[in-house]
This record gives sequence, structure tokens and C-alpha cells, in this order.
Amino acid sequence: MQLLIKGGRVIDPANNIDGLYDVLVEDGKVVEVSSHVSHLTSHADIIDASGKIVVPGLIDIHVHLREPGYEWKETVKTGTAAAVAGGFTSVACMANTEPVNDDPSITEYILRKAKIEGSCNVFPIGAISKGLKGEELANIGELKEAGCVAVSDDGRPVMNADLMRRALEYASSFGLTVISHAEDLTLAKGGAMNEGAVATRLGLRGIPNAAEDVMVARDIALAELTGARLHIAHISTKAAVRIIRNAKARGVKVTAETAPHYFTLTEEAVEGYNTNAKMNPPLGTAEDVAAIKEGLTDGTIDCIATDHAPHDPDSKDVEFPLAANGIVGLETSLPLTLNLVKEGVLTLSQAIEKLTVNPARAIGLKKGTLSVGADADITIIDLNEEWAVEPAKLKSKSKNTPFAGLKMKGKAVATIVGGKR
Amino acid sequence: MGLNRKDILDIESLSPDEIRLILETSESFKEVLGRDIKKVPTLRGKTVINLFFEASTRTRTSFEIAAKRLSADTINISASASSVQKGETLSDTVKNIEAMNSDVIIIRHPASGAPHFIAKRLKASVINAGDGSHEHPSQALLDMLTIKEKKGGIEGLKVAIIGDIAHSRVARSNIHGLTKMGAKVVLYGPKTLVPKGIDKIIGKYCNTPLRVAESMEEALTDADVVMMLRIQLERQGQSLFPSVREYSRFFGLNGRNVSLAKEDAIIMHPGPMNRGVEISSEIADGARSVILDQVNNGIAVRMAMLYLLAGGHKEVVT
Repeated sequence: MQLLIKGGRVIDPANNIDGLYDVLVEDGKVVEVSSHVSHLTSHADIIDASGKIVVPGLIDIHVHLREPGYEWKETVKTGTAAAVAGGFTSVACMANTEPVNDDPSITEYILRKAKIEGSCNVFPIGAISKGLKGEELANIGELKEAGCVAVSDDGRPVMNADLMRRALEYASSFGLTVISHAEDLTLAKGGAMNEGAVATRLGLRGIPNAAEDVMVARDIALAELTGARLHIAHISTKAAVRIIRNAKARGVKVTAETAPHYFTLTEEAVEGYNTNAKMNPPLGTAEDVAAIKEGLTDGTIDCIATDHAPHDPDSKDVEFPLAANGIVGLETSLPLTLNLVKEGVLTLSQAIEKLTVNPARAIGLKKGTLSVGADADITIIDLNEEWAVEPAKLKSKSKNTPFAGLKMKGKAVATIVGGKR
Repeated sequence: MGLNRKDILDIESLSPDEIRLILETSESFKEVLGRDIKKVPTLRGKTVINLFFEASTRTRTSFEIAAKRLSADTINISASASSVQKGETLSDTVKNIEAMNSDVIIIRHPASGAPHFIAKRLKASVINAGDGSHEHPSQALLDMLTIKEKKGGIEGLKVAIIGDIAHSRVARSNIHGLTKMGAKVVLYGPKTLVPKGIDKIIGKYCNTPLRVAESMEEALTDADVVMMLRIQLERQGQSLFPSVREYSRFFGLNGRNVSLAKEDAIIMHPGPMNRGVEISSEIADGARSVILDQVNNGIAVRMAMLYLLAGGHKEVVT
């Protein structure tokens, strides 16, 4: 069966394509991108994409699907539905489930769930250490064999520097990227928000930027030592951007991601003890936000990933210091990223790059392009559609968003996964 | 007239006029407290709940006496913060209280922002009796009343607040209140206990300087008011300060360094004191100490707060 996406503005950063083309899909693969497709049969399904943009399916390499173990917050089913609603055709899910994804049986469980009730591609990320305890390496080889595409203890840092070194070395034997959750727990010390005047005024324990910075610096030193591939999750501070920029200039194999909230919100969002503005790393100052944007512009930050962290009301409707960290992000990531285009921080092509091919490359996924023969994961976006965030209407099982009521511009109008809508 | 607000959650959101109104009302109540019959029927039929999630003798008792002097029915609920984590959520506690039809909830809680949390969800008035390291409005108000009484006013005075600023809700409330009333506030403590950005926390209404001193000498010199903060001894041996001995030597108020302050300076402490640590006994019990006046003023101030939120009678004394 053929699918023709007709008359859209096709943006495929990996192939330097930006123009009005038709995209022909057959048997789940892209077969032709051209002004006049030649292989068209008479009974093709046709989507009129005129006035829209057509891009490789968006890829989020940092989500928490919460299954197994926290199914009341999110499941593979609801999380992937949220992904598709947000324009994502692939998500990579973190290992901090219950039990932890430190064993092939868990990886297989997630993949089976994804096959049965998922609506987009799911790529599990295995744990670095058993039980995320930071004490001994998980069976990384077996995790890869079962289908894990990277390893990370995300949610927790690997505090033991030697273990992190060995993780980088060992994972590289299997060609796996190690994703660092860069947080020095001795500095973060159970803080609830960014350290500074706002935290001091609100009487909340602060987390200094240095908690992120020293770990980013440490892990870059370890990547240099081992020659292994390192990806740094959720960059949020000014100095972390500088340290990564410097490392890249030296040729260290490091990539980095930030999340939409780190270039959209500042610590001021916590005002009034708003637990939907509580995250880890915490929201920074205007200076941090400016540095994150610079890092996105000059390519220091390769990817935008949401750190989609669903939480039920009982975890958020509590005293601020007791509230869980994180927000749902899959359904607001695209318009928030498009805001950067409006602001002149990114070109449209760069924005798409950071949501598609760059994250794919960071963890070695053969996705994120519209090359002939590529998987037909395609997102069609209406750049002009205006809508307001209504938590109750989110597909995610959890509604913890700080963007409730906010006006958004830009929406995925069709999300095609493997040639299917 | 009363306060045109439902709650008193922090000094930060009070205007100078509101602070003045509370202080003036407190003065009227002090007159009542000097009488033979110290009770007025102002809040007869009203219910005041003391909801304390943290141990407190002074503040809870003071609020209780204040409510009783106003003829309100008072109920004390003590809950340990740990049981909150294990059992009932604060949100459920709030719903239960709502169902009891009370008029004023006085809350103390170890989490900063907890009073704001319940105030948003309750129709009743909420008074913050201390939340985490955030604010302790009634303490700052009674401190300001004491300063006003002893010094004839607040404007233009140099007030030194010394000690564990980082964990002190008393310090934050006083910083907001005193700068609003025109005092020059100087903060001092070991750098480990002076939080980042503390000199930038004041906003609206504050035109007077707030700064952090570089030395005990600088903080004390020519001070009109010296306010010593309680140091929590449990913090000893953590990374915040090495020992009580060292703390008292470098950051304590004693017979020697007190002479740097003005001759007629008053010495304050919110209590409970660690004698010989942040303040030596000779100073705490000395002629310039107003520590017991602070306690005494606490009742009048809390009567004023309750009255202005829940009263509605024109005359304070009927």
C-alpha cells in the first residue's frame, strides 16, 4: 500500500532538503521525495500537506514511560499516545521503572507492551548500574541484546567516578552511548529549587549550578580518558554549556540535550510554591536560559529532549519540598521549540534537526531522516495552528504541566509511524 | 477597620500601612492586658485552631492565650511532620479542618510554603506561625512592636541581625518588616549560614538598604538594635560550622563586642536561647536585653492579628 504526502514543505535537515516536495511511502519505507513522484500507483492513499511542513518523525530520547511499576502515572500505551499527539514517532524511555530496567526481562517486557499497545516506536534505555544504585554495572551486554539502545541511571547520577569510567569503557565495547544525569548529590543535598535570591526568599533549600557543572566536567574528563561516547542529559546551566562547548572544540565525543522548560522558564515559575515548576535539575536564572539558547544556536547543545516525567496529583499536590520532580513534556515540546524559531535562536531547519536526526545520532538510532529507504516515520506540522494547553485534554495519563492555559502556536497535525497514521 | 485580606502568610506581602495598623492595634491590646480583667468578648463564638506540625511552646501558647483573651474557642492540634508523610496528606488535613467550620487556622509547619498551600484551599483565615526557613510573621511583628516601644520608632535605626540567617524564618520576616518600616538592616553570620541572594530578597515598599556585613565589628558598630538568632546545635559538626566553641568565639554576642553597639542599643533574641553560644548570659540577662519584653508583646501582637482578620467590630475594647 502506498501513501503520498502531497505538496508540503519538506524539511529534512540530514539531507539538506527544504522545499516543496511530495513524499511517497510504500511498505513502511520512504521510496521517493521529489516534485513529481514517478512510482505512484492508482490506489495510493493521499494526504494533502499543502501549507504544512513535512519532517522526519520527531524523536524524544528522554522520556519516562513509568511502566513497569508506576502505571498510575503513565503506561507505554498512554505515554506513546502522548508522544504521537505531540508529533513524536520515536521515544527512548529511561530505566528508572520498578523493577529497574537493569535486566533483559524488563527490556523485553517494555518492548512487548510497546508492540501490543504502543502507538510509536519505543527504544528502551538500560540501567548503567544494577538497581540504579551506582555500585556495580548492570548486564549491559545482555541489555543491548534485548533491545536497549543506550544506558543511563537517569533520575540519579553515578556518584562513583570509577564506576562511571568503567561504564563508559564497557558500554563502548557494545557500541552503546552512556547518558549522564549530571548531578553531584553532595552539592544538591536534597535541594528543592535553584539556589539564589528566589530560593532564599521563599525559604527553600537551593541547588547550586555547581551540582550540575562539576558532574558535566567530570564526565567529560572520563569521556576523554576512555574515548567512549557520552551524552549529557537535561543541560540547564550556563557553565555546563561552556564546559561542553570547550570539550567539543577539543574533539571529545560528547553530545548534549536540553529540555524545552530550560529555555522557556526561569526559577521565577516556582513563585507561590508552584510544584509544577519543581524539577531536577531545577529551573535556572535568566542568565542560564540565555546561555542555553546560545548553546542551541551554536550547536553545543545537539538535541531537545523533554524529560517527560508524568506524576499523579498525589505526588504534586503536596508541600513544595515533598513534591516529586518533573513535568510532562511530550505534547508541548514542539510548539515551545518552534518559539525558538520565532525568537531567531534557531532556524526552522535547525529546530527540526534538534528534534530528529541529532537525537537519533546521539544514541545511534537509524532514524530521523527522509532518505530513500528510511523508515517512514513522518510528522506533518501546521506552523500556524494556535491552541491553548488544557491539562485535561492531554493524552498523557498525568497532567503535571507548568504550561496550563498557555497559548501555543504550531501543532503536529499528522504523525505517521512506519508508514501508518 | 480591619485588614483587607483573608490571611497573614508573610511579612513580604504586607504593606507598611498594614504593618502600622497591626502595631497600633497591638498597642491598644496591651492596654487591655494591663487591666484586672484581661478578657474582651471580641471573638466570642469564633473558633481558632492551632495546627502545629512542629514542636513549639512559646508561639503556640502565645497564640492560644491571645485567642482566649479575645473569647474565641481554641483547639490545639499537634501532628508530627513524619506522620504526615506516612499517613494523612496536608491536603486531606485541610479538608477535615474545612469540615469543622473553623474561622482562623494558625499553622506551623516544617515545609516552607505550607501555610500558603492550605490558605489557597481554605475559606477560613490562615495565620502563618512559622513555615520552614521561610517566614514567621508574628515574631517579626512583636519584634517591631518591641523596637518601637523601646526606641520610639523604627525608621532610621541600624538593626544588626546576626547568626544563622540561612535557616531562619525570623530573619526573613524581620528583614521584610524592618526595611519596610525604614530601618537600615545589616546581616552577619558565618558565610556558610548567610544564603546566596539574601540582600536581594526585598522588593516593594523597601527603600532602605539591606546589606551583609563583612565582620562582626562592622555589623555591631553603632547598632541601635542587635538581634541574635538561635543556632541549631545539631548543625555542629556538619559542614556549616565546626564547633560550638568556635561559633561562640567568632559569632557570639558577649560583654566585649557588645560595646561596639550604641550605648543605648537594645539586645533581642527570638528564643529559645543557647546561653553561652550565640549570646552570653551576662548579655541575655543584662539591662539592655529586651528578650522578655518580646515574649510579653507576643500576646498583644497575636491578639491584634486575630482581631484584624476575624474581628469586624469597630471598637477594639468593648
